[in-house]
Formats: sequence, C-alpha cells, structure tokens
Amino acid sequence: MSNPKSIIVVKNLSKIYQTDIVKTIALDNVSFEIKEGEFVAIMGPSGSGKSTLMHILGALDKPTSGEYILDGKRVEKLSDDELSEIRNKKIGFIFQAFNLLPRTTTLQNVMLPMAYAGVPKEEREKTAEKFLKMVGLGDRLYHTSNQISGGQQQRVAIARSLVLNPAMILADEPTGNIASVQADEVMEIFEKLNNQGHTIVMITHEPDIAEHAKRIIFIRDGKIVQDSVNKHRRTATSIKEEVKKHD
Amino acid sequence: MIEFWELIKESVRTLKLNKMRTGLAILGIVIGIGSVIALISIGQSSQKSVTDRIASLGTNLITISPNYQRSGVVRSSSVQQTLTLADATALEEAQLSAVSAVSPEYSGRLQVVAGDNNANLSVYGAKAAYSTIHNIQISGGRFITDSDYNSNAHVAVLGPTAVEDLYGSSDYNCIGETIRIGGQTFTIIGISVAKGSSSSSSSADEAIYVPLSTAQKQLFGVSYLTSIAVESVDSDVIIRAQNQVGYFLLARHKISDPSKADFRIRSSEEMLETASSVTGTFTALLSGVAAISLVVGGIGIMNIMLVTVTERTREIGLRKALGAKRKTIIAQFLTESVILTFIGGILGIIIGVATSYGYAKINSSAFTISISSVLLAFLVSVGIGIIFGWYPSRKAASLQPIEALRYE
Repeated sequence: MSNPKSIIVVKNLSKIYQTDIVKTIALDNVSFEIKEGEFVAIMGPSGSGKSTLMHILGALDKPTSGEYILDGKRVEKLSDDELSEIRNKKIGFIFQAFNLLPRTTTLQNVMLPMAYAGVPKEEREKTAEKFLKMVGLGDRLYHTSNQISGGQQQRVAIARSLVLNPAMILADEPTGNIASVQADEVMEIFEKLNNQGHTIVMITHEPDIAEHAKRIIFIRDGKIVQDSVNKHRRTATSIKEEVKKHD
Repeated sequence: MIEFWELIKESVRTLKLNKMRTGLAILGIVIGIGSVIALISIGQSSQKSVTDRIASLGTNLITISPNYQRSGVVRSSSVQQTLTLADATALEEAQLSAVSAVSPEYSGRLQVVAGDNNANLSVYGAKAAYSTIHNIQISGGRFITDSDYNSNAHVAVLGPTAVEDLYGSSDYNCIGETIRIGGQTFTIIGISVAKGSSSSSSSADEAIYVPLSTAQKQLFGVSYLTSIAVESVDSDVIIRAQNQVGYFLLARHKISDPSKADFRIRSSEEMLETASSVTGTFTALLSGVAAISLVVGGIGIMNIMLVTVTERTREIGLRKALGAKRKTIIAQFLTESVILTFIGGILGIIIGVATSYGYAKINSSAFTISISSVLLAFLVSVGIGIIFGWYPSRKAASLQPIEALRYE
C-alpha cells in the first residue's frame, strides 16, 4: 500500500449558523485528507466545531461552503435521498448514545441498514449474525436492545456499522456512555477493524480514547490547530501490560 | 426497499407496543364504519318494510281523494265534500275498460266501547267491494255485504289490533258480541287477518269496518266520501285506469282544466315510489351522519399518528442516518395508519352487521345487508388510513436526521 486512495478529501470547508442577530462560525475554512486504512481521532473541547464536522463528514448536514469528497464522490450538493444512500453505503455510524431501535432484537437492529440497501432477507440475517459473532455477541442475537449492557449495545452498533462494508467508520464519542472496562473492549474492536484495513474516524474529547488512534486532529474555534501522527499510541496489548504492572 | 410483508409485520409489532393508544385510535374507525353499515342496513330494511306494507294494500289500487278547489278564492271549509256516493255509483255504472271494481269509502275516528274498555279507533264506512280491493282477509265470521249496506245494518268487522284494544287479546273471539261505536250499538260479525308485521301493525289492523250507509247517515251524518278506491284490471293498465277515472270525474264535475280538478288520484305504485324515496332520503341522511363520525375517526387517526411521529423523532432520525429514504419512511408510517384503519374497518363491519342483525331480530323485520355497502365501508376505511396518515408520514419523512438524532 504505497499509495493508498483518499477516503475523505475536505477543502476549505466552512459552516456558518446565521440567526437574525448572531452569526456563528462553527467551521472556518477547514481542509484535510484522510486515506484508506487510517485511524483518525478528531479532538477538541465542546463548542470547537467537532460535532459540526462530524455531521458534515457523516453526510448528515451540508456545509455552507467548501468541498467534501467521500470515497471519490462529491457530497456537499446532493439531495436528501442521495445523502441517505451515501450514508447507507459508504458510512458506518457509531453514536455516543448507541441509537439502537428500542424493543427490537440485536439481530434486527444489525439487519436494518441492509434492509434499506435492498439486501434479501436471508442474506441480511446471515450477515448480521456473522458480524454479531465477530463483536462477541453471538449468544445475544435475540435479546432486545434494552436487555443488554451499554458496552454490548455499542458492540451491536459496531456490528451494524460494518454490515455494508462502508468506506469509513464514523464514531461519535463511542465510549462516552459506557464504563471504562467496556470502553477498552470497544477500542480493542476498533483496533482490530483498523488492522483489517477499515478506515476509522472517531470524534472524542477524551485524550486517553484519542490515544488509540494513529493520527490526531485537534480542532478549536472551528479551525484545525494541530494535525499529527500519534506518537504515544495506546493499544489493547499495551493497556493489558499496564494493568499487569499495577497488579 | 423493504419487502411488503416485513413492513406490515414491523408495523403490527410497533402498534402492539402501545396497545391502549392503538385501541383508542381504532375505536374511532370502528364506530364510524360500524354506524355506517348499521344505519344503511337499518334504513334499507325499514324501506323494505314500508314498501312491503304499501304493496300489501294492493298493487292495482287507485285512490281518489278530494282536492281543494283551486278556482275559488278561499277554501269553503276545512273538510272537502267534492266526492260523493253518486260519483262512485256513476264510476261503477260507467264500466270503464281498465277498471274492475269501485269502493266508495268514508273514514273517521270515533270512540268505541266494549264492556269496560274503550278506545279511539278509525271507523271505515265500506261496501262489499272494499275487502277485495284492499285485500282484507277474514279470519272469522264475514265481511260487510250488500244487504248490510242496503239495510243500514249496525254490524262491524274488527281488525286484530282493534280486537286487542277492546278485549285485551287479539286472539279473543268476539264475534256476536256487541260494542258501542259513537254511542250506537253494533254487533261484531267478523275479524280480519293481520296485515302488518308482528311488531308494527298496519292501519288496516286497527280499523273497524261498518256499512258505508250506516257510517254516513248514522255515525257521521254526512253525504260525501273521504275517498273512492278503484281497482284496475291488472297492474299493467293502472295508468290507463287512472286516466279513464280522471277524465270521467272531470267530465262529471264539469271541470275542463285538469289542473283545477277538485279531486286527486294516486296509484299505489306512486305511493310506493313516494314512500321509498322518503325512506331513501332518510337512509341517506343517517348514513351522512355516520359518515361524519367516520371523518372524526379519521382525524383521531391523524392525531395519533402525529403524536407517534413526534414521539419517535429519534427513531426516524436514526433510520434516516442509516440510509432510509423519504419514501421508505412514508411507506412505514402510512402502513401503520392503514393497518389501524384496516383493523378498525373489519371490526366496524362485524359490529355494524351484528347491530343490524340484532335490530332486524328485535323488530322481526327483514335483515338486509348489501355486499356493496360492506365493500364500500372497507375501501373507505383503508382510504381514510391513507388520507389521514399522509400528512403525519410526510412530516416524519421530512425530518432532518441531525435534528431528529439530537431530539431528546
């Protein structure tokens, strides 16, 4: 992989919220590029514009100006339905609040994006089961989302994000609502996925979570203030060694 | 696209999550559809019983009754005296080709006393021809004869309801007993067979028939008639009979302009048409009221669906974030509202049919239910689901995913 292709190309991206009296610049002329196989953490304090950036990268919102190319496709001018298709096929979402359908089995939750993509039912079931096994929930297929723990719910969400083999996994504060032990499990899965070649973009404000990434982008007041390779990378194995040392 | 059956299964599952609300939303449609079905059916069955009753009076029947004389400036009196026995006799003697029988009649209400009971009943002065023209069957004794008429006999034939009014039971055999009509003593010589259904008696059943001569001269003291009944040879020539009778009487009364006639001629067929159009209007009116309740039910569905959309904003946002398109969301919510009205429609049809069946049983009238009204009610209920589910579904589909995901 001497010259990996670009998954995300962002050029001079701005987002301005204009009300009658106040003009808020949420993103101010942001440009960066993320290549296939990268594991990027976007960090910043609250109000820095990282949520706005996440919404635009996730094709959930449109920028005021600038260009956004996702996996070779211009996104910023697409219609609502075209955006739905982009989100469905190219982006695997993982939210802070998990956002599973309530009172619905984990299997059905994981099948949902495939239903919107028009995958036949038998194949949907098979694929969903495969990915749930991969995240270690093979014995929880028919539990509803309110019958399992937060960490397990987030693993269901990870399985859901993977079923259509997206160009990137977009995680918004993936460990924000779960206990630290379970957070480590989630990050371990992320590392594994990244090692398999998945591109991961993770928005977080927790430094020790961000340190799992290979590259960290700092953003403040709508601008990128730092974009560098993470030299102090924590991996699942390094954490386990640390824990052993303390014992 | 998600397959159709999955969409339905998913919607049913969602609706089951909130049984109380689903039930109440359905109830509006159940009441609406149920009342439409029941009222149409009840309307049709009463229409049928009214027309049956009129048909039982005789289908070849033409009734001539007095009319206001329009040539005069003021009406001479409240009682019209333009028809006389002489008119009837002349009609009979004319032997019109389409006319087979003529029955002069006088009727009025009088106090009738039998022992300790007394009742205000319709007393009909009749000749022998009355029973054939009006289809009066005798269950015991005999009807009035020409000799009764000629001798001004004080004899009476009672309808079964009249017997019940005077003796407490319609089965009582009162032939030979005496009653007082308008203060005069009459001997009962016959009882007629019931014409109306068991629940609703025909006017013929509560009548008392006496010889016309006795009625005119001794009971009411009049020389005119309240009506002349004419029977046509058969129902095909009823119009011809009507015309023959009309021109004959116009000539006899020396009236050249038919619009100024001092009598009115109506055939039983016309009465049938009038009655069925009246009951038809009544049915339409009832159905209209029921249809309003159906619309109210539909608004209930819309209300519930709007609440559902608001409540499930997060879910909708998530679905859109995961790739649901507008039409997918619309299909999902429309399916839910159509399932609501579909179930409501089916239950409404069951309840409506049961109600009209119960009504028919209680009134022992004919149970009529038209497949077309059931089918229509069914289509209307599904249509209501689409119409009143459309706006909430569109509202759901237009939600922006970030707004929706942010919604707590």
